[in-house]
Amino acid sequence: MMNNTPNTNPEIAPENIEELTAEAIAETEAAAAETAELAAENTAEAIAETAPDAEELLEDEDIIIMNPELDIDPYDGKDYPSDLILPHIPEDPDKAIDLSEANKKSSRSYKAAEKRSNALVYTVLILMSVIWLIPFVYLVCQAFRGESQCMVSYFFPKEWSLKNFEFLFKETNFLSWYSNTLIIALVVAVVQTVIVLAVSYSLSRLRFSGRKLLMNVMLVLGMFPGFLSMIALYYLLKLVGFTSEGSIPGLILVYVGSSGMGYYISKGFFDTIPKSLDEAAAIDGASRLRVFFSIIFPMAKPIIIYTVMMAFLAPWGDFMFASLITFGHEEAYNVAVGLYKFLDKEHITTYFTAFCAGGLLVAVPITILFMSLQKYYVEGVTGGAVKG
Amino acid sequence: MMKRDSVRYLKMGDVGRFFYSILCFICNIPLYIWNVIKAIGLGIWSGAKAVVLGIWDIIKTFFVGDILTKISYFIMGFGQLFRGQTIRGLLFLTLEVVFIFFMKAFGIGYLSGLRSLGDVAATTELNEWGLEIIAYKDNSLQILLYGVLTVFVCIGFIASWVISVKQCYAAQKLVKQGIKPRNFRGDLRALADEECHKTLLAVPLLGIVIFTVIPLFFMILVAFTNYDHAHLPPTALFDWVGFDNFKNILGIGATDSKFAHTFSSILLWTLIWALVATFSNYFLGILVAMLINKKGIKFKKGFRTILVMTIAVPQFVSLLLVSKMFADNGIVNGVLMNMGIISEGIKWLTDPLLARIMVLVINLWVGVPYLMLIATGILMNIPAELYESARIDGASGFQQFCKITMPYMLSVTAPYLLTSFVSNINNFNVIYLLTAGAPKTLEFDGGAGYTDLLITWLYTLTLEKNDYNMAAVIGILTFIVVAGISLIVYNVAPSIKNEEEFQ
Repeated sequence: MMNNTPNTNPEIAPENIEELTAEAIAETEAAAAETAELAAENTAEAIAETAPDAEELLEDEDIIIMNPELDIDPYDGKDYPSDLILPHIPEDPDKAIDLSEANKKSSRSYKAAEKRSNALVYTVLILMSVIWLIPFVYLVCQAFRGESQCMVSYFFPKEWSLKNFEFLFKETNFLSWYSNTLIIALVVAVVQTVIVLAVSYSLSRLRFSGRKLLMNVMLVLGMFPGFLSMIALYYLLKLVGFTSEGSIPGLILVYVGSSGMGYYISKGFFDTIPKSLDEAAAIDGASRLRVFFSIIFPMAKPIIIYTVMMAFLAPWGDFMFASLITFGHEEAYNVAVGLYKFLDKEHITTYFTAFCAGGLLVAVPITILFMSLQKYYVEGVTGGAVKG
Repeated sequence: MMKRDSVRYLKMGDVGRFFYSILCFICNIPLYIWNVIKAIGLGIWSGAKAVVLGIWDIIKTFFVGDILTKISYFIMGFGQLFRGQTIRGLLFLTLEVVFIFFMKAFGIGYLSGLRSLGDVAATTELNEWGLEIIAYKDNSLQILLYGVLTVFVCIGFIASWVISVKQCYAAQKLVKQGIKPRNFRGDLRALADEECHKTLLAVPLLGIVIFTVIPLFFMILVAFTNYDHAHLPPTALFDWVGFDNFKNILGIGATDSKFAHTFSSILLWTLIWALVATFSNYFLGILVAMLINKKGIKFKKGFRTILVMTIAVPQFVSLLLVSKMFADNGIVNGVLMNMGIISEGIKWLTDPLLARIMVLVINLWVGVPYLMLIATGILMNIPAELYESARIDGASGFQQFCKITMPYMLSVTAPYLLTSFVSNINNFNVIYLLTAGAPKTLEFDGGAGYTDLLITWLYTLTLEKNDYNMAAVIGILTFIVVAGISLIVYNVAPSIKNEEEFQ
């Protein structure tokens, strides 16, 4: 990796530089020709070894680093990972010969060691994958189990059937729980995204009195356990009829209400967009609101997708708030509360396989969605983790 | 106070340095706490100063202002109406009228009720057919809730009154200079441009006030009442009890010590849980990320996808299923018994100690993939030259990990570690879905169990025990713990504070 540091020494006149550089280049070329020949053998082998890794790494598109200039090549203008660097070429020809001799002997044992350690890593990784997958395989197996609806002491079912799904749709309120959750998730995804973007844009790009104070107050408020406010909130919502029967709007309000406090990650993103863009637009006469909508908004695609995704997924997994707001009205449950009740002591013997079937129906679409947007998720969490 | 002695520090070995750093940190905790107290004091002082100056300003304005401004002190928007800001003036006027009606019909009664929280809960009366019925009179909960609402309405009104007066005076000055004050269209244009933050923040802030600030204020007040299972409105009243609940839970005075014992054990377990869960996930996550990133390993994407599945699948599905797998009659015991490895079921989640270990282990299953994702991105950012030069100097893989990877990761992810620690203190899902706090014990009060965290205990107290006052106290104490830890860490790691560094 060459560093093209600009020459700042004032004593060297431009014409001298040219001379000097020409000389230097000639020298380097000669040396390089010598070295290259000697090291060629040595290098070729090493390159052959590293090359497949290089391709493999470049295929890894899902791991990219938060980059507001956006898209495509994750390594654009960045240092390549260590594996991509060509091996060190010794400058002294004599030494190079020695090394290449030595390398021929040592490379075999080195390769063997490498193979052994890779085998070990593979074993660990495969073992981990198995452990990580077992619960999901178990979920599928139980969801399609035909015999007995309670928990059994063997892993694979003796009889495969769709009975549990039929039971789920006919005997329980699963369908209404599912649609409740879906409606809530869709609305929350839209509203929460708008709120989060508005707050993070204001706090990141605009400077107004009380901004720091506002951020500190939100930080402090965020330190209270979220559930603490729920008791009062429950009675406030009850006042306007947004609990039990009316819990869909109630839950939407609960999820959306304080979402302005979750601005950190997208603010971190906005902070990295150069301010000169705003200034240029302002000089051209755009109002700040217009800057937000026509300049920042289109640039913020990754963070918008991340925010929409998180907002959409949260209601599917929420048990704490939903169990309180929907208390006592079974049809208003969301999937989490509904399926949780399946595993009560008095229900588990008849509903266990139905729980697995329902869990599968929730997990599959969510997982597909998540996996297809995984790239944005990674960007979000990485950016959030680094900037705090 | 202990100052870090750099000469001594440099002379030590790795282990020595590590312990020396920890020692310095611990010795300096009083200093950090003092800094925090100083900062809070300064905040209060400057806040109070601002309020006093504001009041003084308003009073001064009254004497400086002309007749229109003076009338505006009593009839909001009066000045604006006569200075070409008709719509703004009308809005202020409407606000005042609505506020007065609200207070008369509603507010005054609840505000005065706040002191006693009701006198009579319910009486037995005879209805028109001579039958005994229960007539509900005062409802403490309603009084408290509406009282709090009224307080906030009043605060909002006072704020808009101050704004109205200030604007009126500003307009007066403008008119004196011969400039026409901004009309409504000008206001709207300003809201899209230099006052754009007001447009963008209005709805979100209103949401935060209604859905977080007011409920929190209410619950903080509840912590000073005896609103528990024995005092449930509407059949009974509750009343102010001062700091009794705090004394009870902290074991001050000779009150119910069982509650204090429960609290201290659960607090200790919560801190242990948060610490172990955060760091075990952190190190194992980095390790896994490095294993997957190791050169020569194929199917990197495949391994990552498998791990990430635990993030994708909603936790109530995966964790509830796992909890049933480890139940006493669950599949794990079943398979182990079928294979003849054990003769009777292991009490995975019902033995106190084993349950605590198991929730930590299962938490790894949830948390490691998350860290793996974060670490992968950061690991790729570490300048490759560092490793190269380390290799040339003959550093082993382990040394490279200790001297390059970990310091880099730590410096970059320090803020994340803090947030992760805090969110683990409040990790409701993992504990509640896995054990719901079980195994329960009679040793603890308030329905708590061995794996209960403060947050799950708060949930149980609220939903199952109806001890709202205790729940509120626990919530406040959790806040104090979280805020204390965060403030100390903020003090220690100044890098977190630099927000404009990257702009």
